[in-house]
Amino acid sequence: MINLTIDRRPVSVEPGTTVLEAARTLGVHIPTLCFLKEINQIGACRMCLVEVKGLRGLQTSCTLPCTEGMAVLTNTAAVRETRALTLELLLSDHDMSCPTCLRADNCELLKLAQGAGVAEIHFQGAKHTGTVDFSSPSLSVNPAKCILCQRCVAVCKGVQGVSAIGLINRGFESRISPFFEATLDATACTLCGQCTLACPTGALTEHDDTAEVWAALLDPTKHVVVQTAPAIRVSIGELFGEKPGTVSTGQLVTGLRRLGFDRVFDTNFTADVTIMEEASELVERLKTGGPLPLITSCSPGWVKYAEHYYPEMLAHLSTCKSPQQMFGALAKTYYAAKAGIDPASIVVVSIMPCTAKKFEAARPEMNASGYRDVDYVLTTRELGRQLLQAGIDLTELPGAEYDAPLGISTGAGAIFGVTGGVMEAAVRTVATWLDGADLARLEFVEVRGLEGVREATVTIAGTDFKLAVATGLAGARRLLDRIAAGEATYHFVEIMGCPGGCIGGGGQPIPKGGYDSLPSLRQARSKAIYSIDEAAVLRRSHENPGVAELYREFLGEPLGERSHHLLHTAYTVRTPAGVRRG
Amino acid sequence: MIPAPALKRLESPADLELLRAQGAPALALRQAEAAPLGEAGEIHVLVCGDTGCRANKCLPTRQALEQSVATHGLAGRVKVVQVGCFGFCRVGPVVVVEPGGTFYCEVRPKDVPEIVLEHIMGGRPVKRLLYAPTPNERGQYETRQHIPFYQRQYRSVLRNCGLIDPENVVEAVGSGRYFALAKALTELTPDQVVDELKQSGLRGRGGAGFPTGKKWEMAKATPGDVKYVICNADEGDPGAFMDRSVLEGDPHAVLEAMTIAGYAIGAQQGYIYVRAEYPLAVQRLQLAIAQARSLGLLGSDILGTGFSFDLDIRLGAGAFVCGEETALIESIEGKRGQPRTKPPFPSTAGLWDKPTLNNNVETYANVGDIILKGADWYRSVGTEKSPGTKVFALAGQIVNTGLVEVPMGTPLREIIFGMGGGVPKGKAFKAAQIGGPSGGCIPTHLLDTPVEFDSLPPLGAMMGSGGLIVMDETSCMVDVAKYFLKFIQDESCGKCPPCRIGTKRMLEILERITQGKGTLADIDDLERLSRGIRAGSLCGLGNSAPNPVLSTLRYFRDEYVAHVVEHRCPAGRCTALTEYRIDPLRCKGCAVCARNCPVDAISGEVKSPFHIDPALCIKCGACSDVCKFDAVIH
Amino acid sequence: MSCSTCQGITANDPRFAQLDAMMEGIKGESGALISVLHKAQQLFGYLPEEVQEHVAESMQIPTSEVYGVVTFYNLFSTEPMGQFPVNVCLGTACYVRGADRVLARLKSELGIELGEVTADGLFSLESCRCIGACSLAPVITIGDEVHGKVTEHDVPRLVAQARQMAAAAQNGAQVATVGAGSDVA
Repeated sequence: MINLTIDRRPVSVEPGTTVLEAARTLGVHIPTLCFLKEINQIGACRMCLVEVKGLRGLQTSCTLPCTEGMAVLTNTAAVRETRALTLELLLSDHDMSCPTCLRADNCELLKLAQGAGVAEIHFQGAKHTGTVDFSSPSLSVNPAKCILCQRCVAVCKGVQGVSAIGLINRGFESRISPFFEATLDATACTLCGQCTLACPTGALTEHDDTAEVWAALLDPTKHVVVQTAPAIRVSIGELFGEKPGTVSTGQLVTGLRRLGFDRVFDTNFTADVTIMEEASELVERLKTGGPLPLITSCSPGWVKYAEHYYPEMLAHLSTCKSPQQMFGALAKTYYAAKAGIDPASIVVVSIMPCTAKKFEAARPEMNASGYRDVDYVLTTRELGRQLLQAGIDLTELPGAEYDAPLGISTGAGAIFGVTGGVMEAAVRTVATWLDGADLARLEFVEVRGLEGVREATVTIAGTDFKLAVATGLAGARRLLDRIAAGEATYHFVEIMGCPGGCIGGGGQPIPKGGYDSLPSLRQARSKAIYSIDEAAVLRRSHENPGVAELYREFLGEPLGERSHHLLHTAYTVRTPAGVRRG
Repeated sequence: MIPAPALKRLESPADLELLRAQGAPALALRQAEAAPLGEAGEIHVLVCGDTGCRANKCLPTRQALEQSVATHGLAGRVKVVQVGCFGFCRVGPVVVVEPGGTFYCEVRPKDVPEIVLEHIMGGRPVKRLLYAPTPNERGQYETRQHIPFYQRQYRSVLRNCGLIDPENVVEAVGSGRYFALAKALTELTPDQVVDELKQSGLRGRGGAGFPTGKKWEMAKATPGDVKYVICNADEGDPGAFMDRSVLEGDPHAVLEAMTIAGYAIGAQQGYIYVRAEYPLAVQRLQLAIAQARSLGLLGSDILGTGFSFDLDIRLGAGAFVCGEETALIESIEGKRGQPRTKPPFPSTAGLWDKPTLNNNVETYANVGDIILKGADWYRSVGTEKSPGTKVFALAGQIVNTGLVEVPMGTPLREIIFGMGGGVPKGKAFKAAQIGGPSGGCIPTHLLDTPVEFDSLPPLGAMMGSGGLIVMDETSCMVDVAKYFLKFIQDESCGKCPPCRIGTKRMLEILERITQGKGTLADIDDLERLSRGIRAGSLCGLGNSAPNPVLSTLRYFRDEYVAHVVEHRCPAGRCTALTEYRIDPLRCKGCAVCARNCPVDAISGEVKSPFHIDPALCIKCGACSDVCKFDAVIH
Repeated sequence: MSCSTCQGITANDPRFAQLDAMMEGIKGESGALISVLHKAQQLFGYLPEEVQEHVAESMQIPTSEVYGVVTFYNLFSTEPMGQFPVNVCLGTACYVRGADRVLARLKSELGIELGEVTADGLFSLESCRCIGACSLAPVITIGDEVHGKVTEHDVPRLVAQARQMAAAAQNGAQVATVGAGSDVA
């Protein structure tokens, strides 16, 4: 152990601990801005400066390892003055449209400036500018709000292995930008939105679609139906002050009804449908030996990543559409017919934990119903804003049930929201199909967890099935490179674009404790997801009575003609090709 | 470029001694005191040939010399040798005839026949080409020993510059290069090498003067199988070019020292990070490395001792900040040159996170002689805390521009007025800027300060790499501060806000002040920004960025106040505050000003006073420059 | 000097093969990126998008990072340069001896600002921080030629010389070095 003093109080820490971490153990919270633990420790923002006896100048506590006998002062006049001046300078170069900024209530820069006592912005001068990039349906980039902390760059590269954006130019002209200052739509960006979670200001946000949804809700000629992704119900409560991991399913349904949606349905229903199709596809491929491993295709960030970075692997992707898109296609056909509503008047809105879902819904091939299958996608954050605008506090609402028939679901559909969930749901069904209902296991905990890459082998019908799960695109790349190099072979692989799966999606609430608190948030949300599964009466997708009815009345068999048309898709090799390194 | 001769690999120190025997006679001839002119003996005609001289068109002079020597059938006896920088750039191209050391200035091709016929063939020095500070002193200064510019110098680092052909490794070995390496490898342990260096008191010549031996000791002490040695040849300070001169004039000195460093700290690989703006230095380094490799002075089993070490060149690409060691390391790694936080220091985790030793060119150039002649010899020159010599680049408003090498502790006055010849055109000295953009301005009353590492910081300046830029009364110190801030703004990497935004705000304030739009509160803001940028910036570039402002505020505050309060630029440099007019009493009506005015703003009748139309005048100063009667007032 | 402005760069441009030859053996060594970019700029005259993409793909470095490096360093250009790049040293020594006035005169003489190319493609104008010829301040370079002790009055003559040289080169005539020995009075 290393002994040192911080603000004259002794503390002992493990070797390798930074001064910043050591201070936190004493309850001394040194402010940070560019710091993301193990992701971005570059000492750039100069917020975490401290004085250290014997060292010349102020030191960045986020990069400074504790050494024996070190004497650290965190709250000296020099530290405070320097921090305040740096913040004042940042503000002097900032687009200060704070009241209208999407991040007004959780802007880290604003909070720091208030905390540091910046009373006046003394310096007037040139500000760096740039056009807001609205080119993608998912994200909006406002360079004028960027403070060059590089967190987005580090997350894009380090967490996601995408490197769509980087730091360009030099000095005052420095910017975060894609290659050759292209707009995002012209890059290999997967639109996963992890950068929006990492951004401390309003420079990187979701593309806001709330106005369009309000317009649809107010249009009397429209029948507006909404679907909620599995991961929304375990995170939306956080926007209303609930503890992370609170399950708010019933309140969510009530809230959506009060907003004026005509029907409140559940993506968990089509998650069960997805399993019917995908489990059948797996069994089929196992039978015919056709490209294995089968890789899941629910995550649109992952799909776009594969299209840019692993075009040679596209044949391995399941042809199943994601539950969101299956929902849209069924809503405007099956449901329209069943409810006797003209599909042209149906507006499908999705509430998703995901920014890439906006892109997925806008893909030109996603019109199997004859219309755009999913009209609008709102992230968790956007729904939170709509509820706020409507004066609705979710925590005060009574619970309610989803509407039938597209609101009926099983525990298997619920666990789609967490990494390993699609795999477990599929295996539950395949095991029942092959081993019979009496012998088959229900839970396959070996595929659960939050690590980037996990492997398991399960025995079904006397055969060993090799499974792998990757979460986060950097994890996906590690796994795929091993598969491509022939170092590992699997029958079935699940890949989710965001760390933790949809519970950690790029459209989820901005973490109150910062990006670094995401691991604990994901833990809590994951637990909540599994609690929904455990509480469910039906826990295998094929047991869903709504799904059975769907096949009986409308689709016929999984992988049948109608399924093929409505529920399956094909993939496109996209340019620019991504570089799988860096 | 002269191709690398077929060099036989040296298998032992004894082989090195044999090679020295080949190179030594030429050097003995060039260093001989006697001048056997006109005799049948060998004659070497040395022509400077580095970047500065080439800008001075030395190549045609050399070609003319070679041609003339051939025409007169002297090729067997007279050798024209391209050497490195003589240092006295003002009088270039320089030609020196050896033996005897006759020093010819500003030699153009048309002067060459006279040198060959009169001096080389006739034994009579050409007096009109000798150095003469004034026309009636012609003929008094025949050799370097006679010229005041050289008399007070102590040339140790530069000893081979202007002596050997930098492209000829035989001459380098003849001058003693690689014998320190041989000594280190065969007679000293790595600890002894480090110890000698520590004893010598050598301090880094690139900036703040960190003790070199301590740096080597730290890199040596960090455990690791893979370590690196780096030479920082990204000479960044504008106005400093001593490193370029060493690389172009004596590249083997650097190669040898880096190899010694490799031996001392336990590294097998080195990198020389050199500015791409120095193509000739790069070329000569490439050649030197190739020669050293074929001689087995680089590569595996050096001199048969079993020690292996190799070097590669990495080119910079135009970023001042890459002179900062961690930015330099990032750049060698192929990245944007953005500094890292320290600690960890490079000696612990540097290039590719391995222990890394980094010194600049001039520092390395000192190492060989310290190992060869010992720490005591080294300490006999210079001061207690700053032993050895320092090379200064004299530039700006000074008569003798060029490079001088002096013992540490030499007063500035001696350097600027003794060697540099003072300020030209009878103008008054105002300040000497030392240390580049991180340095400061030294005013007249502090000129007797002995220059060493520790004497300058209390004055608000620093040694830096030794660029010394003299400013006369026509320099506006606010404008100078603005110049440096503009430089820093252009070169800031942008990583940390204090430097990225803070220097921008300082520059904006200085721009306001030089336009006469500043306020006294602006001066307070400058000081507050300076404090915050100095304390808050990530690297040395930012930490020292306010220095030019602080030092000019310290010594020339009245100039700031004049701009702000009186809306006046005392030096007449700030165009927004300057108005040009013609004094009718002085004007003779010669019309030279009108002819030279680029915008036709001057009109008048010949032989009567002319007039400048202020509405058209762009304040370029051309009229003032050309007026022979000082009639243009501003 | 190759002029890349006249014809577009196609995928089968022979210069890519030359670049590939240089990259052979160092692919995957990210430390070599800056050397590769120097080579690419030497071949193409500048670093257009397709060249950077090629380098990124060959070196397996994301394009965003290649672009970040290109835009960080002054010597890399994403725009074509003139046949005679004119570079004004704005180092301190040159500045105090009037480099700013030389630059102003160059701008008016060439009719372009820093970073621009003349309409005829002959000249581009850049500034640099120091070429280490401070004793001869102010210093400018035109093409590969270094000119010392330049005043604003020399500018028209130096530009005219370069124009003559270009015209002579166009006519295939034997060209003398620009102003050898004549421009340092």
